[in-house]
Amino acid sequence: MATDLKNLKSDLVVDARGTACPGPLLAAKKAIGELESGEIMEILSADEGTKNDIPRWCDKVGHEYLGFYDEDSFSRLFLIKE
Amino acid sequence: MEATQEITIQELQMQVDALKKKIGKLEKNRKDQLSMAVVSGDMDKILATMVISLAAAAMDTQVKLFFSFWSLSALRDPKKTPKGKDFISKMFGMMLPTGKNKLALSNMNMGGMGPMMMKMLMKKKNVMSLDEMFKQAGELGIEITICEMSMDLMGFKKEEFIDYPNLRFAGAATFVADAGESAMQLFV
Repeated sequence: MATDLKNLKSDLVVDARGTACPGPLLAAKKAIGELESGEIMEILSADEGTKNDIPRWCDKVGHEYLGFYDEDSFSRLFLIKE
Repeated sequence: MEATQEITIQELQMQVDALKKKIGKLEKNRKDQLSMAVVSGDMDKILATMVISLAAAAMDTQVKLFFSFWSLSALRDPKKTPKGKDFISKMFGMMLPTGKNKLALSNMNMGGMGPMMMKMLMKKKNVMSLDEMFKQAGELGIEITICEMSMDLMGFKKEEFIDYPNLRFAGAATFVADAGESAMQLFV
């Protein structure tokens, strides 16, 4: 799965590395409006909790969570807008 | 034969209608809504309140905060100085923190050293400041209601609270009504 994600082309990258919980979630929520349905959002986060929070958010509001992979000091999370 | 069948269908229809009514009521009772009664005026508890509220709002949950008693200090605007207070109200005003940036910690306050260290740490660890959290809360449509009774009791005036979109003033029944239809209720 991780290799698949690495080849994924995101339609929008949200860099939320400069903020802790619940910053990345808020950044994602704000940015999701810029995407059309079916487009891919990539969230960069240095907050460990976000890896659990974003899938829960997707579950609740209906976006499709694709997964994440770690870089050196942060993670890349991917989802498809509902 | 036909007559009895008709009656059964009618009865069934009535039962379905009754069920529909009941379901409608149940759904209304479990709105995707978070109601919080915020009574504490400690910095840590106000922080927790705001973090949970923001997370809920980001997840499209309607958030309603009811501020009462000591928490009112967090909503004071230090730049505003209301006139016409009596002696006891003035005393209360002087002894209670003037705004969210002056709050004490419920633990490890150490005469104000604790909050200072906490703010430094928050900055270092990229945690939003309370100012930023309230700003975001306003943008996300988080509703704040001030308990009118505690406001009167402590001698606060409406003019001394922060500028916040749709800041409302109401009584305990408003909280009870909001909480009653919320799927989540928390007391801080």
